[in-house]
Amino acid sequence: MVSCAHCGSEVGAASAAGPDFCCRGCQAAYALVRGMGLDQYYRRRCIDPAQRPLKPDEEIGPVDFEPHVHLGADGIAVLHLMVEGMQCAACVWLIESLLGRQPGVVEGRLNMTTRRLVVRWRPGENNANAILAPLGAVGYRLLPYDPQRLGQEAARNEKELLRALAVAGFAAGNVMLFSISIWAGDDGSMDWATRSLFHWISALIALPAVVYCLRPFARSALVALKAGRANMDVPITIAVTLTAAMSLWETIVGGHHAYFDAAVSLLFFLLVGRYLDSRARGRARSAAEHLLSLGATVVTVLEADGTRRLISPDQVGVGATILVAAGDRIGVDGTVIDGHSELDTSLLTGETVPVPAAPGTAVFAGTLNLSAALRLTARAVGESTLLAEIVRMMEVAEQGRARYVAVADRISRYYAPVVHLLGLATFFGWELFSSTPWQVALLYAVSVLIITCPCALALAVPVVQVVASGRLLRQGILLKSPTAQERLAAVDTVVFDKTGTLTIGRPELLPGDWTEDELHLAASIAGASKHPVARALLRACPGAEVAAGVREVPGCGLEAGAVRLGGRRWLGLEGEADREVGPELFLLRPDQPPVRFHFADQPRSDAAEVVAALRRRGYRVELLSGDRAVTVEAVAGALGIDRWQAGCSPAAKCDRLNELAAEGRKVLMVGDGLNDAPALALAHVSMSPSTAIDVSQTAADIIFQGHRLMPVLEAMAVARKAHALVRQNFGLALAYNLCTIPLAITGMVTPLIAAISMSASSVVVIVNALRLSRGRLR
Amino acid sequence: MTNLLMLIPVALVLGGLGLVAFLWALKSGQFEDLDGAANRILFDYEDPRGKDEDENPPAQR
Repeated sequence: MVSCAHCGSEVGAASAAGPDFCCRGCQAAYALVRGMGLDQYYRRRCIDPAQRPLKPDEEIGPVDFEPHVHLGADGIAVLHLMVEGMQCAACVWLIESLLGRQPGVVEGRLNMTTRRLVVRWRPGENNANAILAPLGAVGYRLLPYDPQRLGQEAARNEKELLRALAVAGFAAGNVMLFSISIWAGDDGSMDWATRSLFHWISALIALPAVVYCLRPFARSALVALKAGRANMDVPITIAVTLTAAMSLWETIVGGHHAYFDAAVSLLFFLLVGRYLDSRARGRARSAAEHLLSLGATVVTVLEADGTRRLISPDQVGVGATILVAAGDRIGVDGTVIDGHSELDTSLLTGETVPVPAAPGTAVFAGTLNLSAALRLTARAVGESTLLAEIVRMMEVAEQGRARYVAVADRISRYYAPVVHLLGLATFFGWELFSSTPWQVALLYAVSVLIITCPCALALAVPVVQVVASGRLLRQGILLKSPTAQERLAAVDTVVFDKTGTLTIGRPELLPGDWTEDELHLAASIAGASKHPVARALLRACPGAEVAAGVREVPGCGLEAGAVRLGGRRWLGLEGEADREVGPELFLLRPDQPPVRFHFADQPRSDAAEVVAALRRRGYRVELLSGDRAVTVEAVAGALGIDRWQAGCSPAAKCDRLNELAAEGRKVLMVGDGLNDAPALALAHVSMSPSTAIDVSQTAADIIFQGHRLMPVLEAMAVARKAHALVRQNFGLALAYNLCTIPLAITGMVTPLIAAISMSASSVVVIVNALRLSRGRLR
Repeated sequence: MTNLLMLIPVALVLGGLGLVAFLWALKSGQFEDLDGAANRILFDYEDPRGKDEDENPPAQR
């Protein structure tokens, strides 16, 4: 096998671009990179198989970046972009070098971690489209985004946590120096004056740090208390405040029990947990958000005076005339008034075979116009479109899921009152049944609070979640919802959508009764069309030269002189059109029998394997599709799924999920289409491939990248393992509390014991969670 | 004892310097792109509008 010198993918036997390249786009890209003198890129890079190959995209027309440009105050134009197709550090170098050579560019900087590119240039000397053209030609896909809309709030919170973490770390380290000296001198070798001095210095370091670092917890505790609830931050805030106050009091009166080290190291560990939690979630969220910001569609409205205007779909008035070019997605519901074409409705219905459209046909927002331009009258816009209806269904379904409470919150709801009651009981117990002064009784009560402070609760769950989501993120699986992992661990049924989920979502040529020459001829004619079936023919015969003089008859087929390539009806062929599984094309030459090309939407390469593995692990697998029964039956048969339903509307999918839920099943829904969105929102937990459209990505809890279905298995395995680790961590925390609470209640906890047990429990919990980061899972 | 009294502020100032340095680094965005910084050093970057000759012609690999 020869791999393409540019993109690294396999070169077909009869490539049009010679033996070194898989396509002409790659050939041109290679020439461009060499021409710029940047060809050391090819020696330095390492291709990442998980990423999209670096192939120039012929099917996507030029993108206009100009509307997304912001003009800075200093007169410098700025454009923020997400880069797709980045393989490794060499790509960063290539992109920045390509940008650096464009005239007028002040800076092009690509953040390798977030894959975000910032370009700055002097607007007088160049424009966005010219600057970015070479990147598109090399094969990177660039997606403009608005930095204002992406998680600014979360980034600020994260920085605040990191600052607090640094301060807490500094304070904990320094206070510990003094504490160790004090413990070492506890046998009487340290005089009262030195100990007092050390306590005062500790207080000077610890108190400002406590005040500064407690704010994130105190804020959240106040919010919870105002709402009449108790969350984990309430006992944390009370315990740390009381510890600090009591230690200060002990320092003033010259006592033994100064717990400054415990207070700050507790804060330090809690902040570690909090920071990791926010970071993992923030990364997944920002990645998901960038996926969501992509599909800003515009609608071309034809005004009464014949001018064309590009506006956003919600501004279109009912009755307006709308132009939809071939290859565009329709933005409103409407009726065709002029033009013949075919529509890809797979996002709405899941049906893979294109639907013909002629004057009078009702079309819906979200469908893709395939072969020829159409003129529509808008019938419904914005909130009243079918699309909006589906989104509404999804929102209703999602409200049910928002009630799910994370396991840590559920436990802390019971834990917090118990801890406070224990503290109170300790105080009154010592006060009423012994002759100890009230200060000492208070001291014991506070030490109960410190010891039971839910360090493990606050750390155990986030650490496991961070390690798990980090592991998933490395494989291109993004957890959007914080509770997705817990819900995924409980799943016992997996429901798949067909088109675009189990299958690739585009037709591929099946082996049939044709010769190489016939395929070659058909492919050369098909090269003139953008119809998905024609593209499939071209993919099957990549070496075909595009024939000259081909005329596309919209909605029917292609004509090259006397040779015609098209559907059965157009060519006037007799026969049963209904039995076939997928779309078909006929090649009709004068005086020769017609040749039939047969296409089907092929399953993803590892779909059968994944389904088999799921069944082996005891999951029930179902297939719900909007496609026709024959097609669904064929796919279900090929993949070994015995429960399937065809022709499901979005509402029917929801009904089926409700049925399953009523049987007590916890369902994982995997789907990508608009027709899946309500079901995705309704299911116990849901996944979408990153190729899915915006609405389903919004609805899904988990988004996975790549061409394979394996991430579904991996995510489930990781979720199960994470669930087990969380339970183990709770067990460890409980064991620790069972040992130390009696000590605290009986007043035997010294500052040394408090510090050691606090750190030890945190470290044990973290180490246990780290076991998830490596190794194979079953 | 005098040594100790001197060492305490010294230790605190040194620790404080580390803290200040970290807070500065955080504020100035040093932690924004950890992967990129680690890899960037391996490539020759040129001045944006400068020479366009490749320093390693492909012949001498």
